[in-house]
Amino acid sequence: MTDIKTQIDTTVKTNDVVLFMKGNADMPQCGFSGRSVQILTQLGVPFKDVNVLASDEIRQGIKDYTNWPTVPQLYVKGEFVGGADIMMEMYQSGELKQLMADKGVGV
Amino acid sequence: MAMTAPDIERFIREGIPGAVVQIQDLAGDGNHYSANVVAAAFKGKNRVQQHQMVYAALQGRMGGELHALALQTSVPEE
Repeated sequence: MTDIKTQIDTTVKTNDVVLFMKGNADMPQCGFSGRSVQILTQLGVPFKDVNVLASDEIRQGIKDYTNWPTVPQLYVKGEFVGGADIMMEMYQSGELKQLMADKGVGV
Repeated sequence: MAMTAPDIERFIREGIPGAVVQIQDLAGDGNHYSANVVAAAFKGKNRVQQHQMVYAALQGRMGGELHALALQTSVPEE
């Protein structure tokens, strides 16, 4: 595994909830990233934010890691859940809250 | 560079035979669209996999030429 892939792998496996995003939780720099932060905040789920704008390596690495071309990306217990639209869809249907509960995270 | 709605629709229909595609232009800037895609090919796949099929159909344009595509995917009712 290349080092950036290992770094990402370690991050998602050692933190319950990780949001790879543009900007950080206090200062999102993209509408979709901002909305994803709001969703997690409303669910009351603590999460680790990773600002992909901080390094091109992470910005590209995260897209290769899951073969998913955009950011934000949400991971729960090491598993890729989805991007902004999947998060929104799951949040509105209550699935996201259920997923967090099933995984024993935060809620 | 940006994409037009017909371009997006064509790529998705070519990449996912039989898909029914509805595109909405969210911002008029050629960069922010929403797409509703219904395809039998999605059967048995979870949301992430369904979306990945659409991104594959767009042949790498997602996240580059096309900044935002809010996706809704589903399987046709039997």
